[in-house]
Amino acid sequence: MRVLSWLYLALAYAFVFLPIAVLVAFSFQDGRLPVPPFKGFSLQWYDKVLGDSALMTALWHSALVAFVSSALALVMGFLAAHALARVRLPGSVLMRGVLIAPMTVSYLIIALGLLTTFNQAGVSLSLWTAGIGHVVINLPLCFAICYAAMGDQQKNAERAARDLGASEARVLWLISAPMLAPALGAAFFLSVTFSWDEFIITFLLTRFDVTLPVEIWSMLRSGLSPATNAVGSLVFLVSITAVLLMEILLFLRPR
Amino acid sequence: MTLQRAERRLGWGLAAPALLWTLAFFVLPFLAMVVLSFAHMEGRQVVQGLDPGNYIRAFTDWSQLNALINSVEITLTVTVISVVLAWPLAAIIAWRVPPRFQRLALLLAVLPFWTSYVVRSYSWLLVLGKNGVINQALMGLGVIAEPLALASTRSATVIGFVHFFVMLLTLTIYANLIQLSPNYARAAQDLGAGRWATFRHVILPLTLPGVVTGAFLTFVLCIGDYITPQILGGNNELTLPQLIMLQMGRSGNFPMASALSVVLMAVVTLAYAGCSRWLRLDRI
Amino acid sequence: MTANVSIRSVTQRYGTALALNNVSLDIAAGEFVVLLGPSGCGKTTLLNLIGGFAEPAAGQILIGGRDMVGVGPAQRPTTTVFQDYALFPHMTLADNVGFGLRMRGVSRPERRARAEQMLALVGLPGRADRRPHELSGGQRQRVALARALAVEPDVLLLDEPLGALDLKLRRAMQDELKAIQTQVGTTFVHVTHDQEEAMAVADRIVVMNAGQIADLGTPREVYLRPKTLFSAAFMGEVNQIAVQNGQTALGPLLPGTGTLLIRPECIGLTGPLPLGPCTVTDAAFFGTHIRAHVTPLAADLRLTVHLPQSTAIAPGQTLTLFATDHHMLSAP
Repeated sequence: MRVLSWLYLALAYAFVFLPIAVLVAFSFQDGRLPVPPFKGFSLQWYDKVLGDSALMTALWHSALVAFVSSALALVMGFLAAHALARVRLPGSVLMRGVLIAPMTVSYLIIALGLLTTFNQAGVSLSLWTAGIGHVVINLPLCFAICYAAMGDQQKNAERAARDLGASEARVLWLISAPMLAPALGAAFFLSVTFSWDEFIITFLLTRFDVTLPVEIWSMLRSGLSPATNAVGSLVFLVSITAVLLMEILLFLRPR
Repeated sequence: MTLQRAERRLGWGLAAPALLWTLAFFVLPFLAMVVLSFAHMEGRQVVQGLDPGNYIRAFTDWSQLNALINSVEITLTVTVISVVLAWPLAAIIAWRVPPRFQRLALLLAVLPFWTSYVVRSYSWLLVLGKNGVINQALMGLGVIAEPLALASTRSATVIGFVHFFVMLLTLTIYANLIQLSPNYARAAQDLGAGRWATFRHVILPLTLPGVVTGAFLTFVLCIGDYITPQILGGNNELTLPQLIMLQMGRSGNFPMASALSVVLMAVVTLAYAGCSRWLRLDRI
Repeated sequence: MTANVSIRSVTQRYGTALALNNVSLDIAAGEFVVLLGPSGCGKTTLLNLIGGFAEPAAGQILIGGRDMVGVGPAQRPTTTVFQDYALFPHMTLADNVGFGLRMRGVSRPERRARAEQMLALVGLPGRADRRPHELSGGQRQRVALARALAVEPDVLLLDEPLGALDLKLRRAMQDELKAIQTQVGTTFVHVTHDQEEAMAVADRIVVMNAGQIADLGTPREVYLRPKTLFSAAFMGEVNQIAVQNGQTALGPLLPGTGTLLIRPECIGLTGPLPLGPCTVTDAAFFGTHIRAHVTPLAADLRLTVHLPQSTAIAPGQTLTLFATDHHMLSAP
């Protein structure tokens, strides 16, 4: 049983890492095709990719949309979670349902609905319209994480602050936000990750100013190329650096 | 009662931005889409109306119905395979790996999760392609003479999906397993249950919420995904999202695309109804 | 920095359940009052109404003669020590204690000085820069007290403040709480379900049951001269003997009709009220006393008695017992 377990673990890791390993390995291919045989080590594709202005613009757009839409989603989600966790409102169950609902709907459907609406309203597509879509998908995530993190300890501390004379704005700023800092951080991080990697909404809701996943998508049309490998490897590198940083920060956090 | 009224006003004020945003950019667009699904096309012109024609077509026109069937088949296959593969992986990490390495083991197991979704599908193309790693390796070893047609098949789509969802499910099942007190198994064994009986009657039922939550998530994400079938499955057999994109892009038939989206939604809702008893969506 | 509290015909409902039923109570300025009762009796509801965390469905609450209708917790001259302390985990003790002053626009150095002074008052001098998680339960409780007192409230509300502490610590904290209250002179309203705690700190005890006041008085009055059977039983073990027109199962003891109440420690080998010969059914050594169950020969009754440590006693033995103190609760 024990040997079998370790064998299974090894096979699972092999399966999980196989495509990534191939991706990274052939990004160094000294040739035109990112498949065997390996013809030698070269950094030419990285050189090409980093000098590609369309890709770099897309990268900037991705970062912009990810950070702005996540920040907006976080603020709205946090305020709504605070309100619904604290005040007994008529229909608060329904409101929670409405706020969570976009999480259970395919991104394609959200995108199609927004596209229909924007078309009917005569709104022209841009990074802004894609950003609106990203807030729609990140808002339930931020709301749910904040709402789940608001325990009794939080509520009692807020109550105590109010008792000591704090206005609602100061309760939010001095008590709720600092106490929820880990949850807020996690929600923001996840939002940025999802938004950064989101394809279908951006694909349908932008016209000229595309983001990185859409730009990579259009690179695929011209078939296999080590340049795509190079971009993918770079994205992977950035992502795992961010994940490891998060992990280390969480690990070193005093409890 | 004035205090309570002030409280409520404040509550509404704080919840308003999120609620209005969701109403304006999710609920209304969705309703607009439902309305549009009852319209029809005359030439390149959308004619509003209350025409169920799109839905009738979705279930009678073989090319449309086929996409639905493909999607459901692929999604169910992916969900089952992913659960079967992920459960032992999560269990090994939770029970065999020493506790101080578990976080690391888990982090490694889901590391490719963090790469770009588009790139991940693309990288499977490098492995499964006609002159990809597998074919080259098998031909090099002399196992096969001609390259196998691995890419642009349903199998490729399934492999690409399984790769992604095994990672996701490992996380949800692990989270469930690690919460189980080892005393459950001890109690069962103490009462005379064998290894299999312990697993079958105690451990498995206790992990059901994690499994079902993960499986539902897999189902929802899988059936609505356009990228993986488009890159790995090609255009040989279309899935529902591919057909929706096709209706929208090539023919500009937004009413038909909307109707198919509503059908997609309905399938997800059915799946939700089917497993809502065990679902813990608040725990994701 | 003290005020009287007047509660006038207050009623509170949760849904259809009646949490408080027409309760009236006057608390004098500087008084230490304990609201005592089992869970669900309405004591915490009453405290929340005084603190402004909820408003009564009917009735009035006045603090220092001012009607508190529509006044939120922040504006009331009250502060609360919460059951779980509700310390702000991300702030130092100085920032916790100085929080209320900060909200009132007091400057930082002044807050700091005041916080250190308050921490010294509660027995935590020199810990201003610690954080709540570095403290023990008892110390956290003191910080919560210092924080609530720092803004010099007219009325301090304490919601089971010692409930989370172990018994030994709780008894020690009671004495300190009483000492601090005497020193600052603020009106204290303290909620608990522990009758020993109530007697240790209270000037006056309010016993509550099912949303109403069951008894009210000094610890001595409530314990020895309870006004209801509920109060008698809640304050401690008590032997109840029914009296019907002067007749009891033990023979004629007292005139009237009602219930004769005798505390176990009020039964001894001598005393003014003879209970007659009794057989000991069991006895156990409790340290401070011997606790025994006895059955009077005259009746099918079981009495609980606390006898002095030194008493030689064994099951089966027959003793002639007397009541040293008793209380007759007349039937209404």
